Amino acid sequence: MKKFRGLVIACGLVLGFFTQQAFAATKLIKVDGSSTVFPITEAVAEEFQKANSGIKVMVGISGTGGGFKRFGRGEIDISDASRPIKPKEVDLAKENGIEYIELPVAYDGLSVLVNLKNTWVDHLTVKELKKIWEPSSQGTITKWSQIRTGFPDKEIRLFGPGTDSGTFDYFTEAICGKSAASRGDYTASEDDNVLVEGIASDAQALGYFGLAYYEQNKDKLKIVPIDDENDANGKGPIEPSSQSVMDSTYQPLARPIFIYISTQAAKKEEVQKFVEFYLKNAPELVAEVGYIPLPKEAYAAALERFNKRITGSVFGGKGAKMGVKMADLLRMEK
Amino acid sequence: MLYKKRIILKLKEFLIERGLFFCSLLSVLTTLGIVLVLSFETFEFFKEVPIWKFLTDTQWTPLFVNKHFGILPLLCGTFLTTLIAIGVAAPIGLVSAVYLSEYASLKTRNIVKPLMEILAAVPTVVYGYFALLFVTPLLKQIIPNLSGFNSLSAGVVMGIMIVPLISSLSEDAMRAVPMGLREGAYAVGSNRLQVALRIVLPAALSGITAAFILGISRAIGETMIVAIAAGQQPRLTLNPLVPIQTITAYIVQISLGDTPHGTLEYRTIFACGMSLFILTFILNIFSFKLKKRFQEIYE
Repeated sequence: MKKFRGLVIACGLVLGFFTQQAFAATKLIKVDGSSTVFPITEAVAEEFQKANSGIKVMVGISGTGGGFKRFGRGEIDISDASRPIKPKEVDLAKENGIEYIELPVAYDGLSVLVNLKNTWVDHLTVKELKKIWEPSSQGTITKWSQIRTGFPDKEIRLFGPGTDSGTFDYFTEAICGKSAASRGDYTASEDDNVLVEGIASDAQALGYFGLAYYEQNKDKLKIVPIDDENDANGKGPIEPSSQSVMDSTYQPLARPIFIYISTQAAKKEEVQKFVEFYLKNAPELVAEVGYIPLPKEAYAAALERFNKRITGSVFGGKGAKMGVKMADLLRMEK
Repeated sequence: MLYKKRIILKLKEFLIERGLFFCSLLSVLTTLGIVLVLSFETFEFFKEVPIWKFLTDTQWTPLFVNKHFGILPLLCGTFLTTLIAIGVAAPIGLVSAVYLSEYASLKTRNIVKPLMEILAAVPTVVYGYFALLFVTPLLKQIIPNLSGFNSLSAGVVMGIMIVPLISSLSEDAMRAVPMGLREGAYAVGSNRLQVALRIVLPAALSGITAAFILGISRAIGETMIVAIAAGQQPRLTLNPLVPIQTITAYIVQISLGDTPHGTLEYRTIFACGMSLFILTFILNIFSFKLKKRFQEIYE
């Protein structure tokens, strides 16, 4: 018994020592928000932690909306966002005295995906997408044949981001004309990997999410070219690619994605280091995870914004803005 | 001196008694608290959503623009997975119980029973991924039309999870049947199968029924497996091949997400919780009644 007691005390001491060491040495940067931005932030965090031992970066995926809620309450340092901040979220931040710096980090071509075994879809128009996703289709548009004559008489099974997602806000506004206007009878998940799995395993499926998740699962999914029937944005159906996003022909689903840093957090040395590292390595890492990097000037402009601590959103805090072309964004940032 | 000792002893006894009473009171109070919170929030919910709509609407989309608050799709999902689970667990559990209690030698029984009970110790999240990543692809070989998320594989795995519960409890009930009954049956020339099926099984029926109902309750309340493997789409269907959502999976989805507290959307989970509570409550009453009805009394 006595021996045992000694052992317990020894264990306790050792454990206590280690935890104390761990807490004393490690600085923590807390990031949460969009699962669309997650692959970039995760890649940056990984490289950053390799270069800076002693700083730990935690990256969550509660969706853009979820991230901004935590950001507005001051629970996290950085918020990943796949759309600009919304009025409600601006108010929440103001209430808690939180000011923020908005930095664009990449462009995403929001992608529409079907199963590899889907032989009938070669492209979809924006009108057809609207018919699939608009609120009035709930419970009524249930078969592929209702979308276009010639499509098979099979049930259409839908997968998409949940209501906390910035991708959901953006897609619904771009396609259905109003943010959050969507049917509700589909498999909704904030975790894009669940959507990938769902579409990849169901021949009658259709869904949408950020381009990076397609790039990582190219062998499992079929991407759908989108036709916005506006020849000014390029003729015919267009697939998201760095080319079509850069020259703004992939419309209306190309969009900038962001990180938001609270000014409070920006006072911390480790956060400064992380943001600088982020912008410096973004061109390479963004392309690596499957998004489209901004031009070099944009990252330089972003770094300047950060260094000058210019707060607020260039979009005026009004939420998702449609059809922001890369050139427009550059002008706005400057 | 002796008097003092007695007082101390009495005091000790008193304290222990109170302590024990307090412990049991705690669990009663917890239950009471849960019921109260559930009732209060549910009441608030039904102020805004008429109860007949909740019970008859065939769509469940509280988070979207086109809001519908029909519990039927969720109820249907719960019912479907439970049905599949009990369809798997009942025959397997019962047969293994008969084997363990009537056929197996003591040695086999002593090895097999603890092994089966290990199944019950596997965390349900492991079962969930087992369903999603192993059982679903396996079933897909047989049913190519199967969705990646479906109630079939979730239900089957849930059934496997419940087998030890049903077999263990049923076996206990069967072993409790007095030896004299078996000996009597053997004496009039019955064989083992006849003894097992015609004598022991009917005699242990009350215990077996209780085991089944417990299994059903467990399946209704099971959360992790269905949240992981059955999908997240409330859908009014009895097709086991497509994604569905159960009541429990919906509660998980909302509590994990960022639905603000105090809103109607948030209160939906209390209405769902209340429905679950009532469901299992009815089931328990049912089991109690059944037990009484089929109970055979041996003196």
